[in-house]
Amino acid sequence: MGHLDETFAAPAILQEVKPAVLPRAVLVQNNRSFGWITDKVCSLIEGKTPAWWWVCFGVACFVASFTVAGITYLVSTGVGVWGHANPVNWAWDIVNFVFWIGIGHAGTLISAILCLLRQKWRTSINRAAEAMTIFAVVCAGIFPVFHVGRVWFAWYLFPIPNSNVIWQNFRSPLEWDVFAVSTYGTVSVLFWYVGLIPDLAVLRDRFYGAGNKLRSFLYGLFALGWRGSNRHWSNYEMAYLILAGISTPLVLSVHTIVSFDFAVSLLPGWHTTIFPPYFVAGAIFSGFGMVMTLMLPLRAIYHLEDLITQYHIDCMCKITLATGTIVGYAYAMEFFIAWYGANPNEGFAFINRAFGHYAWAYWIMITCNVITPQFFWFRKVRENTTLVWVLSIFVNVGMWFERFVIIVTSLARDFLPSSWGYYSPSIVEIFTFFGTFGVFSVLFLLFIRFLPIMPMAELKAVTAQADPHAGHDHH
Amino acid sequence: MSNIFPKSANSLPLQLIIFLFGLGGIMTVGVTYYMTPKYTRVGYAPVQPVPFSHALHAGQLGLDCRYCHVAVDQGPASTVPAAQTCMNCHNQIKVDSPLLGVVRQSYETGNPVPWVKIHQVPDYVYFNHAVHVNRGVSCVECHGKVNEMEVVAHAQPLSMGFCLDCHRNPELRVREPGDVFNLDSPTITQQSGAEAGKRFVHDWNIKPPQSCSGCHR
Repeated sequence: MGHLDETFAAPAILQEVKPAVLPRAVLVQNNRSFGWITDKVCSLIEGKTPAWWWVCFGVACFVASFTVAGITYLVSTGVGVWGHANPVNWAWDIVNFVFWIGIGHAGTLISAILCLLRQKWRTSINRAAEAMTIFAVVCAGIFPVFHVGRVWFAWYLFPIPNSNVIWQNFRSPLEWDVFAVSTYGTVSVLFWYVGLIPDLAVLRDRFYGAGNKLRSFLYGLFALGWRGSNRHWSNYEMAYLILAGISTPLVLSVHTIVSFDFAVSLLPGWHTTIFPPYFVAGAIFSGFGMVMTLMLPLRAIYHLEDLITQYHIDCMCKITLATGTIVGYAYAMEFFIAWYGANPNEGFAFINRAFGHYAWAYWIMITCNVITPQFFWFRKVRENTTLVWVLSIFVNVGMWFERFVIIVTSLARDFLPSSWGYYSPSIVEIFTFFGTFGVFSVLFLLFIRFLPIMPMAELKAVTAQADPHAGHDHH
Repeated sequence: MSNIFPKSANSLPLQLIIFLFGLGGIMTVGVTYYMTPKYTRVGYAPVQPVPFSHALHAGQLGLDCRYCHVAVDQGPASTVPAAQTCMNCHNQIKVDSPLLGVVRQSYETGNPVPWVKIHQVPDYVYFNHAVHVNRGVSCVECHGKVNEMEVVAHAQPLSMGFCLDCHRNPELRVREPGDVFNLDSPTITQQSGAEAGKRFVHDWNIKPPQSCSGCHR
């Protein structure tokens, strides 16, 4: 900007333009052709089911059975089988709900916000991240729905006229949550599906060519007669853009409203205005942690290094670093405001978090969420895929503990010392939560086996071949 | 590439949407009509062990409800009479009627007549008869014109919405205290207008609860 003064003095038209040489990162390496990309992505579906897939699928089904067993026991016995009791009536169930919902946010951020900001590196990871979002919402939904206790009355959450004349309390953030999460789930599924249509058509045609009539029919059913005509593409691009526009506020609104579940109450440690931005940052932080946890093994197993490049990993690490640092700032600011606000209850709540009965959870949270991402400052760390993967696991663990610390410590030590308590989960809760990782894995494994894990057309659009100026410097 | 789907498949999405809307509409109407207490409860008239006619006793003979249901204005439950109450008259009238065999047996053995319960609020509802009948809410409001029933039938839905209708607008349903057990009497509003109904609600300090814990204690 230093040359601005000269610009005013100089004639309006410059004598010579000297653009700075800033080479863009190559998003598809080794100058791969269009055909190679299609073959590569489709080969993951067309090839024989690998042995590791069956092993993982079996393990995932076994783990998922824990959730089924836990929920069956809860429904047949009553919600008392969970460890909730006064004063901690929200515990693992809401922790797990917020944990899973938060994870979903990276998928929406990648698909919607990065799309509008024209961040081309999103193309390699957006499909899988969106799938992750949907599956995470499925896992999240299990907890509040079954916390209702008599789950067959869960439809009371929605304003459906009924002979009891029961109507929802629209002043309650819990009701806003119902709409926020159901909208989020619906839009995420739509966005994901619209993106899939051209790729499903590719698979339809390839299976037809290979003589597999059944799979050709099934992919064709969902490809909705896609022929790849100009008109199709133009409608598709418009639909995708509109959905990206609709999804963008959802990235911010869903976790804002989830944070209102706490912030709108009066409990010290919950009743803070920093919650919405802090929760959104945390959600994106945990979501990118999960994206890396999922994508890095996929990249190694399927040899996708040309499509998910070091540049992609760098970008994800940097977002994790940025959001993790925001979360760390929020932790510090909570303490500062507790002191600055001079409210003794507020001050106690935070001192109690760090040094009370749940201090162990607090320090796990600080270690995982504040210290872990700082490693991503270093190029050496970002280039060590195994280390990045391990750190991403720490991020996931840390964000689970963040929700645990927020929810449980505040409830266990509220205004009345006479009703203080200490919460421990029951074995049923532990099983139910453990099982959701199985549910998630089952869904994700089915996804990588039967659906294209990357959007082929969008990948092709970011290759060098798609650029009419490729290899030429003049513009 | 050749076609996998026939050309008629093009209209399939539209057909599917119309079908789903139609199905949704039919299901909404069906559930609203067939699965709400207006249908599931109203009209329930089980066969009783004794063919006791309320139309004869309460209607033609003009027995007061409280002659048999003695505790209705004194406590939460409207009691079902013991065979002793029946025998007050039936030791002189229709002494040998075969229809009264079950009553006589009950009187001799002390085992109650196995009446089939018709009006049943759920266990999680606290309902007190006395507070209603002592504040101008007539039997007829919930039980219908029992004095005209040969066989007692469920007359009102007794759903939560039914309760709330009255709890929200009690002035439309209250009667003069002397008319509570006269099932043919008009309400105060019918007799003297809405203002009189409101005045009664005010004067008698009728404040029906609308919070959850009013009934679900």
